[in-house]
Amino acid sequence: MTQTVTAGPGAARRHNVRPVPAAARQRWTRRAPLLPALIFAIVVTQIPFLVTLYLSTLDWNALRPGRRAFVGPANYGQVLTDGRLRAALLNTVVLTAASVVISVLLGLGLAILLDRRFPGRGVVRTLLITPFLVMPMAAALLWKHAIYNPSYGLINGVVGGSTDWVSRYPMLSVVTTLVWQWTPFMMLIILAGLQSQSLETLEAARVDGAGPWQTFTRITLPYLRPYLELSALLGSIYLVQTFDAVFTITQGGPGTATTNLPYEIYLTTFRKFEYGEAAAAGVVVVLGTIVVATFALRVISSLFRMEGAR
Amino acid sequence: MTMTPTRRASRPTGPARRTSGVRGAAWAVLAWLAGLLFFLPVLWMVLTGFKREVDAASNPPAWFFTPVLDGYRQVFDRDLTPYLLNSLMASLLSTLLVLLLATPAAYALSIRPVAKWRDVLFFFISTKMLPAVAALLPIYLLVKQLGMLDNIWTMVLLYTSMNLPLAVWMMRSFLLEVPSALIEAAAMDGASLTVTIRRILLPIVAPGLAATALICFIFSWNEFFFAVNLTATRAGTSPIFLVGFITSEGLFLARLCAAATIVSLPVVLAGWIAQKQLVRGLSMGAVK
Repeated sequence: MTQTVTAGPGAARRHNVRPVPAAARQRWTRRAPLLPALIFAIVVTQIPFLVTLYLSTLDWNALRPGRRAFVGPANYGQVLTDGRLRAALLNTVVLTAASVVISVLLGLGLAILLDRRFPGRGVVRTLLITPFLVMPMAAALLWKHAIYNPSYGLINGVVGGSTDWVSRYPMLSVVTTLVWQWTPFMMLIILAGLQSQSLETLEAARVDGAGPWQTFTRITLPYLRPYLELSALLGSIYLVQTFDAVFTITQGGPGTATTNLPYEIYLTTFRKFEYGEAAAAGVVVVLGTIVVATFALRVISSLFRMEGAR
Repeated sequence: MTMTPTRRASRPTGPARRTSGVRGAAWAVLAWLAGLLFFLPVLWMVLTGFKREVDAASNPPAWFFTPVLDGYRQVFDRDLTPYLLNSLMASLLSTLLVLLLATPAAYALSIRPVAKWRDVLFFFISTKMLPAVAALLPIYLLVKQLGMLDNIWTMVLLYTSMNLPLAVWMMRSFLLEVPSALIEAAAMDGASLTVTIRRILLPIVAPGLAATALICFIFSWNEFFFAVNLTATRAGTSPIFLVGFITSEGLFLARLCAAATIVSLPVVLAGWIAQKQLVRGLSMGAVK
């Protein structure tokens, strides 16, 4: 073990071209620490997905025992033509896009506020990150009962009136709760970006006669772009999977007004027991996520290189 | 103490950022208002938890009242404790398991990297992006087959897989900060691998290890989707205790808020303590 410590990546590459037993052994000592984690990740995440793929080709309702026929892509046809699922797909897009866009914008505003020194900045930062730390389930209950409630909720208590916020504006209620929870997340990432900006550039812009607004739009915003993208994409990946808020605040209703894909798949699995259909819907969600995730990975790897170059 | 990021502290405060006078004061007021506005629902939750049910359901809302512990007493009378213990066990054990798996893996992806470390790294992160809904059905069927429904160990394993990619990425970013000259020097002096790890790597990486543990703890403690579908009364975690409040309205608001405060408290405290590391964990080590 000891003598291999000095060998850098260059040495490994040299060994790779002429495979001698010693080099092979060295490759395996390098791999050994990685294997438990890698095998665990493959077993727990990839195998269920393969099983989902298989299940999605079956006509299988758990309430009808014994009938488990292979139907090929029929479930996909069902999923893509089913009105409920299409509504769920649309709701997922609206819910995710609205929450991400609003919380990124608010997060940007808050990050700019916090980028300057003022008395109690640390305290304000602590106050601002707290919503993200509150258990999502608890946050959803809090908003539903203590804030939106028509007769004793905080909103009507302060502004008056007797609006039943959740049933009048179901989607807005869910989105507001999510925005409240996720704005701190966006703020933290954007603030880290703002604070890594070099002061010399800003100072140079000022010396060249650029006003604060010009400096912001011409220099700071372009510089922040990867951070904005990263926060939006990571936010999308988490928010696409929103379940707690829908489950708690609206139960997907009224009707299917706020049923998103995770909630619809949950209903299909545990209320209707249509296993085949649920699996097919799951595969569709994965395909959608892969599109978003590809962009996310690209942004992460570009930030990765930026940090590496620093 | 942890509030000011280090990079900012090491940077000279240039004229571009100096705000003074009326504009500076306005800035501070605006920032404070924003902070208080975002904190208001949390404050409301904590306050309501200390109200009598009549005060909690009053309209207009009562800002001044005699605090009572009725809500908290009732929550514990309804057996919140086992749920808290389940959460604690699932979160702590999975965090421990994650660190045991992720730290060696991160080592093999940073200090002594395997040939295709970049691909492996991106494989890990891609598993984090796989939506949980797509895996729910097979996991449910398998767990049911094995008779492990409503079992805390099922949750430990699931939370481990949920946090593993995050931990690998985070630990890697911390390990990369260990100066390679230090490791080479140790090897020159003939230090064995275990000595190198114990004497050189561990002391440098310890804060990173703690930060990773906190992030993993936060995510497992707050997890609801798998918990609600795979557990019931025996292995139910603290968010499951809250499910009972979804429909019970009216006179239970104080009790609800007391429960919500208790179950949120560990993570809120952990997050406040680790706020400097929070952004790094949340961005998987991509942003420092």
